[in-house]
Amino acid sequence: MYPEFMHDSLKKVEATRARRIELERSGKNVFPPMSAEEREDVLKKFHPDYKADSRRTIRVGPNKGEVLTTEVADMLESHTRIGAAMFDLSSPDYETDLLIVGGGGAGCAAAIVGREHGTKSIISTKLRLGDANSMMSQGGMQAAVTAKDSPTIHYLDALGGGHFDNKADLVRALTEDGPEVVKWLEDLGVVWDKNPDGSMYVLHGGGTSRKRMHSCRDYTGAIIMRTLMDEVRNHPDDIQILEFMPTIELFLDEKGRCAGGVLYNLETEEYFTVKAKAVIIATGGYGRLHIRGFDTTNHYGATGDGLVMAYRAGANLLYMDSVQYHPTGASFPEQIAGFLITEKIRGAGGQPLNKSGELFVWPREPRDVESAAFIRECLERQNGIQTPSGRWGVWLDSPVIEVIQGAGYINKNFPAMYRQFIRYNIDITKEPMLVYPSLHYQNGGVEINDRCETNVKGLYVAGEASGGVHGRNRLMGNSVLDYNVFGRRAGRYAAEYARTAVLGKLSLDHLTAYEEELQKAGIVTDRIAPVLLPSYTPEEVKKRQFTAHYEGTLR
Amino acid sequence: MSATKANVKKDAKAKPAKKEPDKAMATVYIMGKAYRVPADATIMGAIEYAGYQIKRGAGCREGFCGACATVYRLPGDYKIYTGMACMTLVQDGMYLSQIPAIPAQRPVYDLSELKANVQTFQKLYPEIFRCVACNTCTKACPQELEVMDYIQAAKRGDVEKVMDLSFDCLSCGLCAIRCPAEIVHYNVGILGRRLFGRYLRKNSDHLDKRIAEVKDKKFDREYKEMMKMSKDELKKKYYARDNE
Ligand SMILES: Cc1cc2nc3c(=O)[nH]c(=O)nc-3n(C[C@H](O)[C@H](O)[C@H](O)COP(=O)(O)OP(=O)(O)OC[C@H]3O[C@@H](n4cnc5c(N)ncnc54)[C@H](O)[C@@H]3O)c2cc1C
Ligand code: FES
Repeated sequence: MYPEFMHDSLKKVEATRARRIELERSGKNVFPPMSAEEREDVLKKFHPDYKADSRRTIRVGPNKGEVLTTEVADMLESHTRIGAAMFDLSSPDYETDLLIVGGGGAGCAAAIVGREHGTKSIISTKLRLGDANSMMSQGGMQAAVTAKDSPTIHYLDALGGGHFDNKADLVRALTEDGPEVVKWLEDLGVVWDKNPDGSMYVLHGGGTSRKRMHSCRDYTGAIIMRTLMDEVRNHPDDIQILEFMPTIELFLDEKGRCAGGVLYNLETEEYFTVKAKAVIIATGGYGRLHIRGFDTTNHYGATGDGLVMAYRAGANLLYMDSVQYHPTGASFPEQIAGFLITEKIRGAGGQPLNKSGELFVWPREPRDVESAAFIRECLERQNGIQTPSGRWGVWLDSPVIEVIQGAGYINKNFPAMYRQFIRYNIDITKEPMLVYPSLHYQNGGVEINDRCETNVKGLYVAGEASGGVHGRNRLMGNSVLDYNVFGRRAGRYAAEYARTAVLGKLSLDHLTAYEEELQKAGIVTDRIAPVLLPSYTPEEVKKRQFTAHYEGTLR
Repeated sequence: MSATKANVKKDAKAKPAKKEPDKAMATVYIMGKAYRVPADATIMGAIEYAGYQIKRGAGCREGFCGACATVYRLPGDYKIYTGMACMTLVQDGMYLSQIPAIPAQRPVYDLSELKANVQTFQKLYPEIFRCVACNTCTKACPQELEVMDYIQAAKRGDVEKVMDLSFDCLSCGLCAIRCPAEIVHYNVGILGRRLFGRYLRKNSDHLDKRIAEVKDKKFDREYKEMMKMSKDELKKKYYARDNE
């Protein structure tokens, strides 16, 4: 239920609804899309990335001297949890072909395809298998499969969304593999939304010029992730799953080839060593670093661990100066602040409105532009609504969807969304939602090529942890596609490499060297990374934990 | 409860529009021990507010992954209630306990060798035929799914119904832990969905056509042209493109 003081504004939303529905039905744009100049202007002035203190120069490692997101630079300029001397590197606790770090979408896809190419693997994952951002995507996956569309139009859309900074070979792989991925998933048993004649049911997303968003109601991620997990579990002889066992550092051998990693049992607090012919990092994103204090849509384990491990091992990062804020995070009620409200709501006709119930931006601008426009509407134009806890928000009118698409559409297509709000007595078929940008996606990551190789031999990266595919801004639906396309590619190419790879002695010398570099750069800090989990323990509690010892965020 | 006080902490000097009234508090019993927590907290928020660092029991934190299954009782009420800690609000006097993991096996199978019929369910999950239709699973479902109905559908080999009714399942396992027939419902649901997706879906001919086109390198030339273009040329092409 919305508080009294919002009722006036809600009435205005209702008052303008009939007119806005007419507009939508006219087939014209409900609001003029921005030109290139307008986009640049609103981004420069209002996107959080452009604030003075949002970026700083990194002083160590392969990207030394580059300007990165401040919180990322902080994480990279931190100490390891371990010392090389702690381990007997001559007899590893586990040996395998592929060590897959992260049991989300990319990790599971890699394990399945790696196995098809003859390798055994270990999946090291932080929480349970599938406790991952991949489980949460609601909106869908892009792939150019209709007659009006083509992989090359998809290519151009992705480039434009990424401000033309995307690596061309990666975007080609992404868009050209897309149709095949739809089929691969379908054959694994993913239930796609279809039209009565069997053709794929596709919608628009922000920045798409063709309808190519594939979905499974609004449980797209859950359906795909559970299918992939279920398939992984069908091969217990070839794929070993180690849950609550995050990887915290990588091994190199004396020739600098990646050779496995050190795992940490979150429950017993033991460390284990894994020797592997190749490593695939599939650790996903970093929303739980709460960049600039923003709420996040991400799962509990999204702390950017893969970045720091790979970086210490010498891997280049790309575009780690750009953060994706999803325009429509929930702003009210407080209990679900930051939760994602799928872009598909706008794809189906949902409209963002200011406190007067008026449109102020085209609903389907690329995410960064749309987010910046929301922030401008609230902070500069003072046309937003403030919640009792001090959050800003603009309305996202969902009841229009019931009129445009037909009654019952929301319950059929957005059951998760409906559930989330009805618990708080907000019926989104009748009332709008209050939204504000939420920290959503790591646009950049470890630089890869179209075989998922990094500059460190034997180290592969796939999914949100990688950088280059999306340039500096990802479009909706391209990351579900990303983790499938590149998860599969990583599985295949790492398997091919592992078949002939011969490893030397395991070493952690790169950690010692990194610590020395920190010291030389004069960096004095008690920060420890990988971060593993965020801490939400109140300060009041921490003050009383007289004998507790914290390593980073964890006791 | 969310992690941060406001979504715009650094980026705007947002002052609360209305002064927040002194937070109302509630008493909840976490695994039997009393804690004072904000009355409007989710169970997950309350557990963290009390000072626990969750390791098991939180995944997505948004109602998708099923990691945070919780059982609770309310004062003066004999009933056992179930909910997801990330989505359920505390109530004063609530006695609650998270379930860290649900013990459950699942058989290993090769999807390509299965048929979408009742025999498949019979072979892999024979215990579903012990269902006594007590409906406890349905009552335990935090998603309010018709769990018993999809188990009954599986017994009839109605794969489409299993798929449809179990679609929004979180695999939290609260049904399985309550079931007197010891069925692991959510695994039956996954099997039903995969069987439907693979064998009973309508085929999308345009998809097959597109895949064939890609294999025939139909887009090769266009890709190569665009990959050679400068940023400015690409920009021009992008802003001139038409919208469906
Ligand atoms: C709420 C939400 C909605 C979304 N909706 C969409 C959408 O509609 N369309 C779209 O295209 N994209 C969407 N995305 C983005 C997309 O889902 C993700 O980018 C994508 O799933 C990432 O997949 P991944 O496999 O790379 O990472 P993840 O799925 O996050 O998997 C990473 C895994 O690695 C584990 N891990 C982390 N650190 C370690 C470590 N040190 N050791 C071992 N394991 C570790 C994590 O716990 C996790 O299990 C959404 C994201 C969110 C959060
Ligand atoms: S934490 Fe995922 S459902 Fe609650």
